[in-house]
Amino acid sequence: MQFGVFSVSDITADPTTGRTPREAERIRAIVTIAEKAEEVGLDVFALGEHHNPPFFSSSPTTTLGYIAARTQRLQLSTATTLITTNDPVKIAEDYAMLQHLAGGRVDLMLGRGNTGPVYPWFGQDIRQGIPLAVENYALLHRLWREDVVDWQGRFRTPLQGFTSTPRPLDGVPPFVWHGSIRSPEIAEQAAYYGDGFFHNHIFWPKEHTQRMVALYRQRFEHYGHGSADQAVVGLGGQVFMRRNSQDAVREFRPYFDNAPVYGHGPSLEEFTRETPLTVGSPQQVIDRTLAFRDYVGDYQRQLFLIDHAGLPLKTVLEQLDLLGEEVVPVLRREFAALKPAHVPDAPTHAARVAARGGAQDATVYAPADDVTGRSGQEVQA
Amino acid sequence: MSTRTLAVVSAGLSAPSSTRLLADRLAQAGVAALAARGVDAAVEVVELREHARDLADNLLTGFPNTALRAAVDTVTGADGLIAVTPIFSASYSGLFKTFFDVLDKEALTGKPVLMGATAGTARHSLALEHGMRPLFAYLRAVVAPTAVFAASEDWAGGEATGAALGDRVRRAGGELADLVARRPRAAAADPFVDPTPFETLLTGR
Repeated sequence: MQFGVFSVSDITADPTTGRTPREAERIRAIVTIAEKAEEVGLDVFALGEHHNPPFFSSSPTTTLGYIAARTQRLQLSTATTLITTNDPVKIAEDYAMLQHLAGGRVDLMLGRGNTGPVYPWFGQDIRQGIPLAVENYALLHRLWREDVVDWQGRFRTPLQGFTSTPRPLDGVPPFVWHGSIRSPEIAEQAAYYGDGFFHNHIFWPKEHTQRMVALYRQRFEHYGHGSADQAVVGLGGQVFMRRNSQDAVREFRPYFDNAPVYGHGPSLEEFTRETPLTVGSPQQVIDRTLAFRDYVGDYQRQLFLIDHAGLPLKTVLEQLDLLGEEVVPVLRREFAALKPAHVPDAPTHAARVAARGGAQDATVYAPADDVTGRSGQEVQA
Repeated sequence: MSTRTLAVVSAGLSAPSSTRLLADRLAQAGVAALAARGVDAAVEVVELREHARDLADNLLTGFPNTALRAAVDTVTGADGLIAVTPIFSASYSGLFKTFFDVLDKEALTGKPVLMGATAGTARHSLALEHGMRPLFAYLRAVVAPTAVFAASEDWAGGEATGAALGDRVRRAGGELADLVARRPRAAAADPFVDPTPFETLLTGR
Protein backbone atom coordinates (compact mmCIF):
# COMPACT_ATOMS: atom_id res chain seq x y z
CA MET A 1 0.00 0.00 0.00
CA GLN A 2 1.18 3.50 -0.81
CA PHE A 3 0.98 6.47 1.56
CA GLY A 4 1.44 10.09 0.74
CA VAL A 5 0.15 13.63 0.78
CA PHE A 6 -1.87 15.70 -1.64
CA SER A 7 -2.10 19.46 -1.89
CA VAL A 8 -4.73 21.69 -3.42
CA SER A 9 -2.19 24.56 -3.61
CA ASP A 10 -4.29 27.22 -1.92
CA ILE A 11 -2.70 30.49 -0.82
CA THR A 12 -4.66 31.28 2.34
CA ALA A 13 -4.06 33.74 5.18
CA ASP A 14 -2.88 32.17 8.43
CA PRO A 15 -5.81 33.07 10.72
CA THR A 16 -3.58 33.12 13.81
CA THR A 17 -1.27 35.81 12.40
CA GLY A 18 -3.33 37.36 9.60
CA ARG A 19 -0.39 36.87 7.27
CA THR A 20 -0.89 35.58 3.71
CA PRO A 21 2.15 33.97 2.06
CA ARG A 22 3.35 35.33 -1.25
CA GLU A 23 3.10 33.13 -4.33
CA ALA A 24 6.85 32.68 -4.54
CA GLU A 25 6.99 31.56 -0.91
CA ARG A 26 4.10 29.10 -1.24
CA ILE A 27 5.48 27.60 -4.46
CA ARG A 28 8.86 27.06 -2.74
CA ALA A 29 7.02 25.57 0.22
CA ILE A 30 5.32 22.98 -1.99
CA VAL A 31 8.69 21.79 -3.26
CA THR A 32 9.97 21.61 0.33
CA ILE A 33 6.89 19.61 1.36
CA ALA A 34 7.41 17.14 -1.49
CA GLU A 35 11.09 16.69 -0.64
CA LYS A 36 10.22 16.21 3.00
CA ALA A 37 7.59 13.61 2.08
CA GLU A 38 10.29 11.52 0.46
CA GLU A 39 12.72 12.13 3.33
CA VAL A 40 10.29 10.84 5.98
CA GLY A 41 9.52 7.73 3.95
CA LEU A 42 6.22 8.52 2.28
CA ASP A 43 5.55 7.10 -1.19
CA VAL A 44 3.41 9.66 -3.03
CA PHE A 45 3.14 13.39 -3.55
CA ALA A 46 0.12 14.63 -5.51
CA LEU A 47 -0.58 18.20 -6.59
CA GLY A 48 -3.82 19.82 -7.71
CA GLU A 49 -4.51 21.86 -10.83
CA HIS A 50 -6.40 25.14 -10.61
CA HIS A 51 -6.70 28.19 -12.81
CA ASN A 52 -7.97 30.80 -10.39
CA PRO A 53 -6.81 32.49 -7.18
CA PRO A 54 -6.35 31.56 -4.32
CA PHE A 55 -4.60 28.61 -5.98
CA PHE A 56 -1.18 28.75 -7.62
CA SER A 57 -0.90 25.36 -9.29
CA SER A 58 -1.91 26.06 -12.88
CA SER A 59 0.98 24.06 -14.32
CA PRO A 60 1.46 20.85 -12.34
CA THR A 61 3.82 19.13 -14.78
CA THR A 62 6.30 22.00 -14.41
CA THR A 63 6.23 21.68 -10.62
CA LEU A 64 6.29 17.88 -10.66
CA GLY A 65 9.16 17.85 -13.18
CA TYR A 66 11.19 20.02 -10.83
CA ILE A 67 10.31 17.82 -7.86
CA ALA A 68 11.20 14.72 -9.88
CA ALA A 69 14.70 16.10 -10.38
CA ARG A 70 15.11 16.68 -6.65
CA THR A 71 13.79 13.30 -5.46
CA GLN A 72 14.74 9.68 -6.01
CA ARG A 73 11.87 7.47 -5.02
CA LEU A 74 8.78 9.60 -4.63
CA GLN A 75 5.80 8.71 -6.84
CA LEU A 76 4.42 11.90 -8.40
CA SER A 77 0.72 12.29 -9.02
CA THR A 78 -1.99 14.90 -9.48
CA ALA A 79 -5.05 15.83 -7.45
CA THR A 80 -6.57 16.31 -9.92
CA THR A 81 -5.70 16.82 -13.58
CA LEU A 82 -8.64 18.50 -15.31
CA ILE A 83 -9.82 16.11 -18.00
CA THR A 84 -12.61 18.50 -18.99
CA THR A 85 -10.85 21.80 -19.71
CA ASN A 86 -7.42 20.54 -20.78
CA ASP A 87 -6.90 19.38 -24.32
CA PRO A 88 -6.41 15.61 -24.05
CA VAL A 89 -3.64 15.89 -26.65
CA LYS A 90 -1.71 18.23 -24.36
CA ILE A 91 -2.29 15.94 -21.35
CA ALA A 92 -0.95 13.00 -23.38
CA GLU A 93 2.16 14.97 -24.35
CA ASP A 94 2.86 16.67 -21.02
CA TYR A 95 2.48 13.61 -18.82
CA ALA A 96 4.38 11.29 -21.17
CA MET A 97 7.18 13.85 -21.08
CA LEU A 98 7.06 14.00 -17.29
CA GLN A 99 6.97 10.19 -17.16
CA HIS A 100 10.24 10.02 -19.12
CA LEU A 101 11.98 12.69 -17.04
CA ALA A 102 10.83 11.15 -13.75
CA GLY A 103 11.92 7.65 -14.75
CA GLY A 104 8.36 6.33 -14.61
CA ARG A 105 7.49 7.72 -11.17
CA VAL A 106 4.31 9.33 -12.50
CA ASP A 107 0.61 8.64 -12.45
CA LEU A 108 -2.41 10.91 -12.84
CA MET A 109 -5.65 11.42 -11.11
CA LEU A 110 -8.31 12.79 -13.44
CA GLY A 111 -11.10 15.04 -12.24
CA ARG A 112 -13.66 17.35 -13.80
CA GLY A 113 -13.23 20.53 -11.77
CA ASN A 114 -16.25 22.08 -10.07
CA THR A 115 -15.67 25.80 -10.70
CA GLY A 116 -18.13 26.95 -13.37
CA PRO A 117 -16.23 30.04 -14.60
CA VAL A 118 -13.06 28.03 -15.33
CA TYR A 119 -14.71 26.09 -18.15
CA PRO A 120 -15.38 29.02 -20.53
CA TRP A 121 -11.81 30.31 -19.99
CA PHE A 122 -10.81 27.15 -21.84
CA GLY A 123 -13.66 27.20 -24.32
CA GLN A 124 -15.82 24.67 -22.49
CA ASP A 125 -19.10 24.51 -20.56
CA ILE A 126 -19.49 22.97 -17.07
CA ARG A 127 -22.87 21.53 -18.05
CA GLN A 128 -20.96 19.23 -20.42
CA GLY A 129 -18.67 18.07 -17.60
CA ILE A 130 -19.45 14.35 -17.81
CA PRO A 131 -19.50 14.12 -21.65
CA LEU A 132 -16.20 16.06 -21.72
CA ALA A 133 -14.61 13.69 -19.21
CA VAL A 134 -15.84 10.67 -21.17
CA GLU A 135 -14.79 11.85 -24.62
CA ASN A 136 -11.48 13.45 -23.62
CA TYR A 137 -10.33 10.40 -21.73
CA ALA A 138 -11.35 8.07 -24.55
CA LEU A 139 -8.97 10.08 -26.76
CA LEU A 140 -6.20 10.29 -24.16
CA HIS A 141 -6.40 6.52 -23.68
CA ARG A 142 -5.91 5.96 -27.41
CA LEU A 143 -3.11 8.54 -27.78
CA TRP A 144 -0.98 6.60 -25.27
CA ARG A 145 -1.72 3.21 -26.82
CA GLU A 146 -1.85 3.80 -30.57
CA ASP A 147 1.10 5.29 -32.43
CA VAL A 148 -1.04 6.90 -35.10
CA VAL A 149 -4.51 8.16 -34.27
CA ASP A 150 -7.36 9.22 -36.52
CA TRP A 151 -10.08 10.70 -34.37
CA GLN A 152 -13.23 12.79 -34.43
CA GLY A 153 -15.41 13.88 -31.51
CA ARG A 154 -17.76 16.58 -30.28
CA PHE A 155 -15.41 18.78 -28.31
CA ARG A 156 -12.10 19.19 -30.12
CA THR A 157 -10.86 19.50 -33.69
CA PRO A 158 -10.46 16.14 -35.46
CA LEU A 159 -7.08 14.42 -35.71
CA GLN A 160 -5.73 12.78 -38.85
CA GLY A 161 -2.62 10.63 -38.60
CA PHE A 162 -1.60 12.20 -35.28
CA THR A 163 1.24 10.78 -33.19
CA SER A 164 1.54 12.03 -29.60
CA THR A 165 5.18 12.36 -28.56
CA PRO A 166 7.06 11.31 -26.61
CA ARG A 167 5.59 7.82 -26.63
CA PRO A 168 5.02 6.44 -23.10
CA LEU A 169 8.19 5.32 -21.34
CA ASP A 170 8.96 1.63 -22.01
CA GLY A 171 5.71 1.46 -24.01
CA VAL A 172 3.62 1.60 -20.79
CA PRO A 173 1.36 4.63 -20.25
CA PRO A 174 1.16 6.32 -16.83
CA PHE A 175 -1.41 4.70 -14.55
CA VAL A 176 -4.66 6.66 -14.32
CA TRP A 177 -6.99 7.13 -11.39
CA HIS A 178 -10.42 8.66 -11.93
CA GLY A 179 -11.65 10.90 -9.13
CA SER A 180 -15.19 11.94 -8.32
CA ILE A 181 -17.13 12.66 -5.14
CA ARG A 182 -20.55 11.50 -6.22
CA SER A 183 -20.96 11.04 -9.99
CA PRO A 184 -21.67 7.36 -10.71
CA GLU A 185 -20.63 7.93 -14.34
CA ILE A 186 -17.01 8.43 -13.25
CA ALA A 187 -16.95 5.25 -11.15
CA GLU A 188 -18.36 3.53 -14.23
CA GLN A 189 -15.62 5.06 -16.41
CA ALA A 190 -12.84 3.89 -14.09
CA ALA A 191 -14.34 0.40 -14.01
CA TYR A 192 -14.79 0.20 -17.79
CA TYR A 193 -11.11 0.84 -18.47
CA GLY A 194 -9.85 -1.16 -15.49
CA ASP A 195 -8.20 2.04 -14.21
CA GLY A 196 -7.99 3.12 -10.58
CA PHE A 197 -10.68 5.00 -8.70
CA PHE A 198 -9.77 7.69 -6.18
CA HIS A 199 -12.21 9.27 -3.76
CA ASN A 200 -11.04 12.51 -2.18
CA HIS A 201 -12.69 11.43 1.07
CA ILE A 202 -12.36 14.86 2.66
CA PHE A 203 -15.03 17.47 3.38
CA TRP A 204 -17.85 14.94 2.78
CA PRO A 205 -19.48 12.13 4.80
CA LYS A 206 -18.04 8.68 4.27
CA GLU A 207 -21.32 7.46 2.72
CA HIS A 208 -20.39 9.19 -0.54
CA THR A 209 -17.07 7.35 -0.61
CA GLN A 210 -18.64 4.05 0.29
CA ARG A 211 -21.27 4.19 -2.48
CA MET A 212 -18.83 5.30 -5.15
CA VAL A 213 -16.23 2.67 -4.29
CA ALA A 214 -18.86 -0.07 -4.06
CA LEU A 215 -20.19 0.82 -7.51
CA TYR A 216 -16.70 1.02 -8.98
CA ARG A 217 -15.73 -2.38 -7.56
CA GLN A 218 -18.93 -4.05 -8.77
CA ARG A 219 -18.56 -2.60 -12.30
CA PHE A 220 -14.80 -3.40 -12.40
CA GLU A 221 -15.75 -7.03 -11.99
CA HIS A 222 -18.61 -6.65 -14.50
CA TYR A 223 -16.15 -5.46 -17.17
CA GLY A 224 -13.93 -8.46 -16.55
CA HIS A 225 -10.82 -6.85 -15.05
CA GLY A 226 -10.80 -9.11 -12.01
CA SER A 227 -12.88 -9.66 -8.92
CA ALA A 228 -14.41 -6.64 -7.16
CA ASP A 229 -11.86 -6.79 -4.37
CA GLN A 230 -9.04 -6.58 -6.94
CA ALA A 231 -10.12 -3.15 -8.18
CA VAL A 232 -7.60 -0.38 -7.49
CA VAL A 233 -8.86 2.10 -4.92
CA GLY A 234 -7.29 5.24 -3.50
CA LEU A 235 -8.58 7.48 -0.73
CA GLY A 236 -7.87 10.94 0.54
CA GLY A 237 -8.12 12.01 4.15
CA GLN A 238 -7.44 15.05 6.26
CA VAL A 239 -5.49 15.00 9.51
CA PHE A 240 -3.91 17.30 12.05
CA MET A 241 -1.79 15.78 14.79
CA ARG A 242 0.06 16.60 17.96
CA ARG A 243 1.38 14.02 20.41
CA ASN A 244 -1.30 15.17 22.84
CA SER A 245 -4.71 15.21 21.20
CA GLN A 246 -5.91 18.26 23.16
CA ASP A 247 -2.97 20.24 21.77
CA ALA A 248 -3.94 19.20 18.25
CA VAL A 249 -7.52 20.36 18.72
CA ARG A 250 -6.47 23.66 20.30
CA GLU A 251 -3.90 24.46 17.62
CA PHE A 252 -6.01 23.41 14.63
CA ARG A 253 -9.28 25.06 15.70
CA PRO A 254 -8.57 28.58 14.34
CA TYR A 255 -7.53 27.08 11.00
CA PHE A 256 -10.66 24.95 10.95
CA ASP A 257 -12.97 27.80 11.97
CA ASN A 258 -11.68 30.02 9.16
CA ALA A 259 -10.99 27.40 6.47
CA PRO A 260 -12.18 28.33 2.97
CA VAL A 261 -14.31 25.22 2.49
CA TYR A 262 -16.18 24.67 5.74
CA GLY A 263 -15.19 27.62 7.95
CA HIS A 264 -17.86 29.56 9.88
CA GLY A 265 -20.20 26.57 9.65
CA PRO A 266 -20.11 23.38 11.71
CA SER A 267 -17.88 23.06 14.75
CA LEU A 268 -14.60 21.15 14.56
CA GLU A 269 -16.19 18.40 16.65
CA GLU A 270 -19.25 18.15 14.39
CA PHE A 271 -17.18 18.08 11.22
CA THR A 272 -14.85 15.45 12.67
CA ARG A 273 -17.86 13.29 13.40
CA GLU A 274 -19.54 13.84 10.00
CA THR A 275 -16.46 13.55 7.73
CA PRO A 276 -13.13 11.65 7.75
CA LEU A 277 -11.29 14.68 9.24
CA THR A 278 -9.21 13.52 12.20
CA VAL A 279 -7.66 15.98 14.65
CA GLY A 280 -5.82 14.37 17.51
CA SER A 281 -2.91 12.13 18.43
CA PRO A 282 -0.99 9.92 15.98
CA GLN A 283 -2.72 6.92 17.54
CA GLN A 284 -6.14 8.44 16.80
CA VAL A 285 -5.11 8.97 13.19
CA ILE A 286 -3.93 5.37 12.98
CA ASP A 287 -7.18 4.02 14.41
CA ARG A 288 -9.41 6.17 12.20
CA THR A 289 -7.43 5.40 9.04
CA LEU A 290 -7.45 1.65 9.65
CA ALA A 291 -11.23 1.88 9.92
CA PHE A 292 -11.50 3.28 6.37
CA ARG A 293 -10.92 -0.29 5.22
CA ASP A 294 -14.18 -1.32 6.92
CA TYR A 295 -16.22 0.58 4.33
CA VAL A 296 -14.09 0.49 1.16
CA GLY A 297 -12.32 -2.86 1.50
CA ASP A 298 -8.58 -3.42 1.01
CA TYR A 299 -7.24 -0.46 -0.90
CA GLN A 300 -4.02 0.59 -2.54
CA ARG A 301 -3.32 4.24 -1.81
CA GLN A 302 -3.91 6.60 1.10
CA LEU A 303 -3.17 10.31 0.67
CA PHE A 304 -3.50 12.92 3.41
CA LEU A 305 -4.28 16.61 3.06
CA ILE A 306 -2.06 18.46 5.54
CA ASP A 307 -1.11 21.82 4.02
CA HIS A 308 -4.22 23.88 3.46
CA ALA A 309 -6.17 26.68 5.21
CA GLY A 310 -3.10 28.81 5.90
CA LEU A 311 -1.13 26.33 8.01
CA PRO A 312 2.50 27.54 8.09
CA LEU A 313 5.23 25.49 6.41
CA LYS A 314 6.91 24.72 9.73
CA THR A 315 3.72 23.11 11.03
CA VAL A 316 3.22 21.15 7.81
CA LEU A 317 6.74 19.76 8.06
CA GLU A 318 6.06 18.71 11.66
CA GLN A 319 2.95 16.91 10.44
CA LEU A 320 5.09 15.07 7.89
CA ASP A 321 7.50 14.04 10.64
CA LEU A 322 4.64 12.59 12.66
CA LEU A 323 3.26 10.80 9.61
CA GLY A 324 6.64 9.38 8.67
CA GLU A 325 7.80 8.43 12.16
CA GLU A 326 4.68 7.35 13.98
CA VAL A 327 1.70 6.85 11.70
CA VAL A 328 2.68 5.40 8.34
CA PRO A 329 5.01 2.63 9.62
CA VAL A 330 2.15 1.28 11.75
CA LEU A 331 -0.43 1.66 8.96
CA ARG A 332 1.90 -0.07 6.50
CA ARG A 333 2.32 -3.02 8.80
CA GLU A 334 -1.32 -3.29 9.84
CA PHE A 335 -2.80 -2.90 6.35
CA ALA A 336 -0.29 -5.40 4.91
CA ALA A 337 -1.20 -7.96 7.56
CA LEU A 338 -4.89 -7.61 6.69
CA LYS A 339 -4.57 -7.67 2.89
CA PRO A 340 -5.30 -11.05 1.21
CA ALA A 341 -2.69 -12.21 -1.32
CA HIS A 342 -4.96 -11.92 -4.35
CA VAL A 343 -5.54 -8.19 -3.76
CA PRO A 344 -3.04 -6.27 -5.90
CA ASP A 345 -0.46 -3.82 -4.58
CA ALA A 346 -0.54 -0.19 -5.62
CA PRO A 347 0.43 0.14 -9.29
CA THR A 348 3.98 1.27 -10.09
CA HIS A 349 5.70 1.72 -13.42
CA ALA A 350 8.15 -1.10 -12.70
CA ALA A 351 5.36 -3.53 -11.85
CA ARG A 352 3.35 -2.55 -14.90
CA VAL A 353 6.36 -2.96 -17.19
CA ALA A 354 7.07 -6.37 -15.67
CA ALA A 355 3.42 -7.39 -16.14
CA ARG A 356 3.75 -6.46 -19.81
CA GLY A 357 6.75 -8.77 -20.16
CA GLY A 358 9.43 -6.12 -19.94
CA ALA A 359 10.27 -2.71 -21.32
CA GLN A 360 9.76 -1.99 -25.01
CA ASP A 361 11.08 1.09 -26.69
CA ALA A 362 8.06 2.84 -28.16
CA THR A 363 9.77 5.53 -30.21
CA VAL A 364 7.94 6.47 -33.38
CA TYR A 365 10.43 7.68 -35.98
CA ALA A 366 9.47 10.17 -38.62
CA PRO A 367 9.57 8.72 -42.17
CA ALA A 368 12.19 11.35 -43.01
CA ASP A 369 13.34 14.31 -40.95
CA ASP A 370 13.50 17.90 -42.16
CA VAL A 371 17.25 18.23 -41.71
CA THR A 372 18.88 15.14 -43.21
CA GLY A 373 16.03 13.85 -45.32
CA ARG A 374 16.55 10.44 -43.73
CA SER A 375 14.42 8.61 -41.18
CA GLY A 376 15.71 8.27 -37.63
CA GLN A 377 15.28 4.55 -37.90
CA GLU A 378 17.72 4.37 -40.86
CA VAL A 379 20.24 6.52 -39.01
CA GLN A 380 20.00 4.33 -35.93
CA ALA A 381 20.33 1.15 -38.02
CA MET B 1 -55.40 -0.92 2.63
CA SER B 2 -52.02 0.30 1.41
CA THR B 3 -50.01 2.68 3.60
CA ARG B 4 -48.69 5.98 2.31
CA THR B 5 -46.65 8.60 4.09
CA LEU B 6 -47.34 12.31 4.26
CA ALA B 7 -44.36 14.45 5.21
CA VAL B 8 -45.13 17.71 6.97
CA VAL B 9 -42.58 20.53 6.80
CA SER B 10 -43.31 23.33 9.26
CA ALA B 11 -41.17 26.46 9.37
CA GLY B 12 -42.78 28.04 12.42
CA LEU B 13 -40.35 29.54 14.91
CA SER B 14 -42.27 29.81 18.18
CA ALA B 15 -43.53 26.92 20.26
CA PRO B 16 -46.38 26.38 20.01
CA SER B 17 -46.61 28.03 16.61
CA SER B 18 -49.67 28.83 14.55
CA THR B 19 -47.74 27.52 11.54
CA ARG B 20 -47.46 24.10 13.17
CA LEU B 21 -51.09 24.31 14.21
CA LEU B 22 -52.13 24.84 10.59
CA ALA B 23 -49.74 22.11 9.43
CA ASP B 24 -51.30 19.63 11.84
CA ARG B 25 -54.82 20.49 10.70
CA LEU B 26 -53.82 20.05 7.07
CA ALA B 27 -52.19 16.71 7.90
CA GLN B 28 -55.32 15.51 9.72
CA ALA B 29 -57.45 16.55 6.77
CA GLY B 30 -55.12 14.74 4.35
CA VAL B 31 -55.15 11.54 6.41
CA ALA B 32 -58.95 11.65 6.79
CA ALA B 33 -59.47 12.21 3.07
CA LEU B 34 -57.09 9.37 2.20
CA ALA B 35 -58.89 7.07 4.65
CA ALA B 36 -62.14 7.95 2.89
CA ARG B 37 -60.51 6.73 -0.33
CA GLY B 38 -59.40 3.49 1.31
CA VAL B 39 -55.78 4.56 1.75
CA ASP B 40 -54.04 4.31 5.10
CA ALA B 41 -51.57 7.15 5.71
CA ALA B 42 -48.85 7.88 8.26
CA VAL B 43 -47.66 11.41 9.03
CA GLU B 44 -44.01 12.37 9.63
CA VAL B 45 -43.31 15.91 10.79
CA VAL B 46 -40.15 17.90 10.13
CA GLU B 47 -39.85 21.01 12.33
CA LEU B 48 -37.35 23.19 10.53
CA ARG B 49 -36.60 25.17 13.69
CA GLU B 50 -34.76 22.13 15.03
CA HIS B 51 -32.58 22.15 11.89
CA ALA B 52 -31.82 25.88 11.67
CA ARG B 53 -28.09 25.43 12.32
CA ASP B 54 -27.93 22.20 10.31
CA LEU B 55 -29.33 24.10 7.32
CA ALA B 56 -26.77 26.91 7.64
CA ASP B 57 -24.01 24.27 7.87
CA ASN B 58 -25.33 22.55 4.77
CA LEU B 59 -25.18 25.81 2.82
CA LEU B 60 -21.48 26.08 3.69
CA THR B 61 -20.32 22.46 3.56
CA GLY B 62 -22.50 21.25 0.71
CA PHE B 63 -23.87 18.22 2.54
CA PRO B 64 -26.59 17.61 5.16
CA ASN B 65 -25.34 16.35 8.52
CA THR B 66 -26.81 13.21 10.03
CA ALA B 67 -29.76 14.97 11.68
CA LEU B 68 -30.69 16.99 8.61
CA ARG B 69 -30.20 14.00 6.32
CA ALA B 70 -32.93 12.16 8.22
CA ALA B 71 -35.28 15.11 7.65
CA VAL B 72 -34.37 15.31 3.96
CA ASP B 73 -34.93 11.57 3.55
CA THR B 74 -38.32 11.87 5.26
CA VAL B 75 -39.43 14.48 2.75
CA THR B 76 -37.94 12.98 -0.40
CA GLY B 77 -39.23 9.51 0.48
CA ALA B 78 -42.81 10.59 1.28
CA ASP B 79 -45.81 10.05 -1.01
CA GLY B 80 -47.06 13.57 -0.37
CA LEU B 81 -45.79 16.76 1.22
CA ILE B 82 -47.55 19.38 3.32
CA ALA B 83 -45.38 22.51 3.43
CA VAL B 84 -46.28 25.37 5.75
CA THR B 85 -44.39 28.58 6.43
CA PRO B 86 -44.95 31.88 8.16
CA ILE B 87 -44.92 34.83 5.77
CA PHE B 88 -41.98 37.15 6.50
CA SER B 89 -41.39 40.33 4.49
CA ALA B 90 -43.86 39.45 1.75
CA SER B 91 -42.80 35.82 1.16
CA TYR B 92 -41.92 32.47 2.74
CA SER B 93 -39.35 32.62 5.54
CA GLY B 94 -35.65 32.25 4.82
CA LEU B 95 -35.52 29.09 6.91
CA PHE B 96 -38.29 27.52 4.81
CA LYS B 97 -36.56 28.44 1.55
CA THR B 98 -33.20 27.15 2.77
CA PHE B 99 -34.64 23.69 3.33
CA PHE B 100 -35.83 23.52 -0.27
CA ASP B 101 -32.53 25.01 -1.45
CA VAL B 102 -30.54 22.11 -0.04
CA LEU B 103 -32.74 19.36 -1.55
CA ASP B 104 -31.58 17.75 -4.77
CA LYS B 105 -33.10 19.49 -7.76
CA GLU B 106 -35.03 16.33 -8.66
CA ALA B 107 -36.12 15.43 -5.12
CA LEU B 108 -39.70 16.72 -5.43
CA THR B 109 -40.34 15.97 -9.10
CA GLY B 110 -43.93 14.76 -9.45
CA LYS B 111 -44.57 14.79 -5.72
CA PRO B 112 -48.04 15.97 -4.56
CA VAL B 113 -47.68 19.08 -2.41
CA LEU B 114 -50.17 20.95 -0.28
CA MET B 115 -49.14 24.51 0.58
CA GLY B 116 -50.02 26.48 3.67
CA ALA B 117 -48.95 29.76 5.24
CA THR B 118 -49.63 31.88 8.28
CA ALA B 119 -49.25 35.58 9.05
CA GLY B 120 -50.53 38.29 11.31
CA THR B 121 -52.81 39.72 8.68
CA ALA B 122 -54.78 38.40 5.73
CA ARG B 123 -53.12 41.02 3.52
CA HIS B 124 -50.21 38.55 3.13
CA SER B 125 -52.34 35.75 1.76
CA LEU B 126 -51.36 35.98 -1.92
CA ALA B 127 -47.73 35.37 -1.00
CA LEU B 128 -48.75 31.70 -1.32
CA GLU B 129 -49.59 32.23 -4.99
CA HIS B 130 -46.88 34.74 -5.90
CA GLY B 131 -44.04 33.29 -3.82
CA MET B 132 -44.58 29.70 -2.84
CA ARG B 133 -46.36 28.23 -5.85
CA PRO B 134 -43.55 29.22 -8.28
CA LEU B 135 -41.01 27.59 -5.93
CA PHE B 136 -42.78 24.23 -6.17
CA ALA B 137 -43.45 24.70 -9.88
CA TYR B 138 -39.69 25.14 -10.35
CA LEU B 139 -39.10 21.93 -8.39
CA ARG B 140 -41.66 20.21 -10.67
CA ALA B 141 -43.87 19.20 -7.79
CA VAL B 142 -47.60 18.68 -8.39
CA VAL B 143 -49.26 21.32 -6.23
CA ALA B 144 -52.87 21.08 -5.04
CA PRO B 145 -55.01 23.94 -6.41
CA THR B 146 -56.15 25.05 -2.95
CA ALA B 147 -53.45 26.62 -0.79
CA VAL B 148 -54.48 27.40 2.77
CA PHE B 149 -53.68 30.68 4.42
CA ALA B 150 -54.46 31.40 8.07
CA ALA B 151 -54.14 34.87 9.58
CA SER B 152 -54.50 35.73 13.26
CA GLU B 153 -58.15 36.53 12.72
CA ASP B 154 -58.81 32.99 11.48
CA TRP B 155 -57.69 31.58 14.81
CA ALA B 156 -59.17 34.33 16.95
CA GLY B 157 -62.32 34.98 14.97
CA GLY B 158 -65.76 33.69 15.72
CA GLU B 159 -67.65 30.83 14.16
CA ALA B 160 -67.91 32.30 10.69
CA THR B 161 -64.17 32.75 10.08
CA GLY B 162 -63.32 29.51 11.91
CA ALA B 163 -65.75 27.56 9.76
CA ALA B 164 -64.33 29.15 6.61
CA LEU B 165 -60.79 28.03 7.53
CA GLY B 166 -62.10 24.56 8.31
CA ASP B 167 -63.73 24.37 4.90
CA ARG B 168 -60.51 25.40 3.15
CA VAL B 169 -58.51 22.85 5.14
CA ARG B 170 -60.95 20.06 4.25
CA ARG B 171 -61.00 21.01 0.57
CA ALA B 172 -57.20 21.15 0.44
CA GLY B 173 -56.90 17.80 2.25
CA GLY B 174 -59.25 16.23 -0.31
CA GLU B 175 -57.24 17.59 -3.22
CA LEU B 176 -54.00 16.27 -1.73
CA ALA B 177 -55.59 12.87 -1.10
CA ASP B 178 -56.73 12.68 -4.73
CA LEU B 179 -53.20 13.40 -5.95
CA VAL B 180 -51.56 10.93 -3.54
CA ALA B 181 -54.06 8.11 -4.05
CA ARG B 182 -53.72 8.37 -7.82
CA ARG B 183 -49.91 8.01 -7.82
CA PRO B 184 -47.88 4.82 -7.47
CA ARG B 185 -45.97 4.63 -4.20
CA ALA B 186 -42.88 6.88 -4.05
CA ALA B 187 -39.68 5.20 -5.26
CA ALA B 188 -36.75 7.29 -6.42
CA ALA B 189 -34.54 6.04 -9.27
CA ASP B 190 -31.08 5.14 -7.91
CA PRO B 191 -28.14 5.61 -10.33
CA PHE B 192 -25.97 3.52 -8.01
CA VAL B 193 -28.27 0.52 -8.33
CA ASP B 194 -28.77 0.92 -12.06
CA PRO B 195 -25.78 2.79 -13.56
CA THR B 196 -25.72 3.98 -17.16
CA PRO B 197 -23.48 1.48 -19.01
CA PHE B 198 -20.25 3.07 -20.21
CA GLU B 199 -20.91 2.23 -23.87
CA THR B 200 -23.99 4.46 -23.61
CA LEU B 201 -21.92 7.27 -22.07
CA LEU B 202 -19.31 6.88 -24.82
CA THR B 203 -21.78 7.21 -27.63
CA GLY B 204 -23.27 10.33 -26.03
CA ARG B 205 -26.63 8.66 -25.28
